[in-house]
Amino acid sequence: MRLAGLVGVLVVLCLVGWATRPDSFLTEANISTMLRLAAAIGVVSVGMTFVIISGGIDLSVGSIVALSSVWMTTVATQSYGPAVMVLCALLVGLGCGLVNGVLISYGRIVPFIATLALYASAKGLAERLSGRRTQVVTETGFTTAFRGDLLGVPVLIWLLAAVFAVGWVVLNRTTFGRRTFAVGGNAEAARLAGINVKRHTALVYGIAGLCCGIAALMVVARTTSGASTNGMFYELDAIAAVVIGGTLLTGGRGSLIGTLVGVLIFTVVGNIFTQNNLDTDIQNIAKGVIIVAAVLLQRTTAARRRVPRTT
Amino acid sequence: MSSLDRRRFLWGTTAVGTAALLAGCTSNEPASSAPDAVAAGSGQNSQPGKAVTIGFSAPAADHGWMAAMTKNARAQAERFTDVTFKATEGTNDVNQQIAQVETLINDKVDVLVVLPFDGKALTEVGRQAMDAGIPVINVDRVFDTPLAYRTWIGGDNYRMGVNAGEFIAAQMKAKGVANPVIAEVAGIDSLPLTQERSQGFKDALARGGFQVGPRVSAQFTSESGEQQTANLLQSASRLDALWNHDDDQGIGVLAAIEGAGRGEFVMVGGAGSRNMMDRIKADSGVVKATVLYSPSMASSAIALARLLGQAKGIGDLAEHDIPASITTYSAVVTKENVDQYLDVGFDS
Repeated sequence: MRLAGLVGVLVVLCLVGWATRPDSFLTEANISTMLRLAAAIGVVSVGMTFVIISGGIDLSVGSIVALSSVWMTTVATQSYGPAVMVLCALLVGLGCGLVNGVLISYGRIVPFIATLALYASAKGLAERLSGRRTQVVTETGFTTAFRGDLLGVPVLIWLLAAVFAVGWVVLNRTTFGRRTFAVGGNAEAARLAGINVKRHTALVYGIAGLCCGIAALMVVARTTSGASTNGMFYELDAIAAVVIGGTLLTGGRGSLIGTLVGVLIFTVVGNIFTQNNLDTDIQNIAKGVIIVAAVLLQRTTAARRRVPRTT
Repeated sequence: MSSLDRRRFLWGTTAVGTAALLAGCTSNEPASSAPDAVAAGSGQNSQPGKAVTIGFSAPAADHGWMAAMTKNARAQAERFTDVTFKATEGTNDVNQQIAQVETLINDKVDVLVVLPFDGKALTEVGRQAMDAGIPVINVDRVFDTPLAYRTWIGGDNYRMGVNAGEFIAAQMKAKGVANPVIAEVAGIDSLPLTQERSQGFKDALARGGFQVGPRVSAQFTSESGEQQTANLLQSASRLDALWNHDDDQGIGVLAAIEGAGRGEFVMVGGAGSRNMMDRIKADSGVVKATVLYSPSMASSAIALARLLGQAKGIGDLAEHDIPASITTYSAVVTKENVDQYLDVGFDS
């Protein structure tokens, strides 16, 4: 199985972490910290996996996280209580995603351009809305709910698990999921098979946007603030995680478990560097090496199993 | 999913999308505001004089500190009845900033106040202004040559590190900690200002016989501050002190500290936001001090520009002319003196 190689990389990294810091790496507190750090980018990556499997790309995820986080934390929204804050984040995320989807499917703008446009305008709107200041959360109900634990496990980790589980079921066990693969594999064939490709594409971007809304409330819970700088570089991190997770950038094939392992690999690398007090510049180089190595690894294992594709 | 289910799913999302627009209408009030850092002025210099038009150009206000710079400059200009203030839209595109400064030169403003996004890149246009007879006040990020500015005013990154280090060293000695673990959460590592701050911190600690322990670098944003600090706290089971370079990212640093339930150490901030000053004053958490790198320098730059335009010197100095360079002091704001500095605290 192609995943095996990826999980192997993760295990090796964990062994490195454990070997270099046996006192603190595999402690419950550190594992919980790593998972909570992975939560927001993990949720965004779930949405990104859907988009990439359907043959698209979403460059606007970071800006949608920024806009949702700012929207839910501006003063008036906070005064309505935690439920309104959560609702705002989800609706703004979903709304942005649907705008992407409609522009791409009905407006026939290529995904790269449509989401690039939203990347810019959502960021601008977030800056305007926040007055370019960090909006500190004063609503304590929200912070206690999302920063706390549930049955001994942080709420954010439950949320990540829930989004991942729902995403997995939708992708692998429903007609919607099968159609996502079909649209990404060959949109024309999917259309001839009776799939409403336009509507399906719009909904896939809606899902990605909704994931950004969920990620935004996770970031706000973690940093106790909403800012237009939240979600910075999420698009690159999410695409990297999806690609090393084995999802084809050309669409039609992919796996959510791979994506999740990809996210965890990057999180563990970051943690190992900090645990050993190493320079962050080298960390970025290591990230690049991991991306290339993982893709090469997948290509060689894939080639062994089937006739190589020329595309 | 059956066809009916799909329809429901679609209608559901449409309804939710509409609700998003409605919820949007509730939420655009800015948060609390700190007072503008302006100088009241005294003596003869505060009397109205010759009318002066000041042109102002700065980077985009995408960060609390930078936003405060533009806000302070404007507020200071409004205090003077003899000043006309011409500000251009903030931009992080050096080409655009060069074009803006050129426009101000063509408008024949009396004095220019320029906070360049990149000092090196804006040097040429600074020279152009000086050659056209318009004195330039260069704020913070310094031009490559004194030929490009009449006066430079800015902060002292090295001393910021020195003062943070000396404060922490003194605290450690007062507490009698023999081998303290001193952590550092830096800003963007590739920037010279971050390197200077870190060097000052290291040198000051070394003078006290201490050294920097775990060190991470963040991106001057609260999210990066939170992520880096969450990892840092896991790597160090015990800390005695922590210096965070920037109060904007400090919101995230504090969120990580509270999230990890830690509080055994003293924390020192950087830049001097109102938020951190309030915490220092309340003295209920880890934050015991912040070292200034105050955006009040923008207010001073406008005051200097006005005096330059009116050909006045600075009162009390023996000089007939405005000095060529002014470095602001990175004072350490603690519980004892915080009241004195609240007026320059900026919204992060």
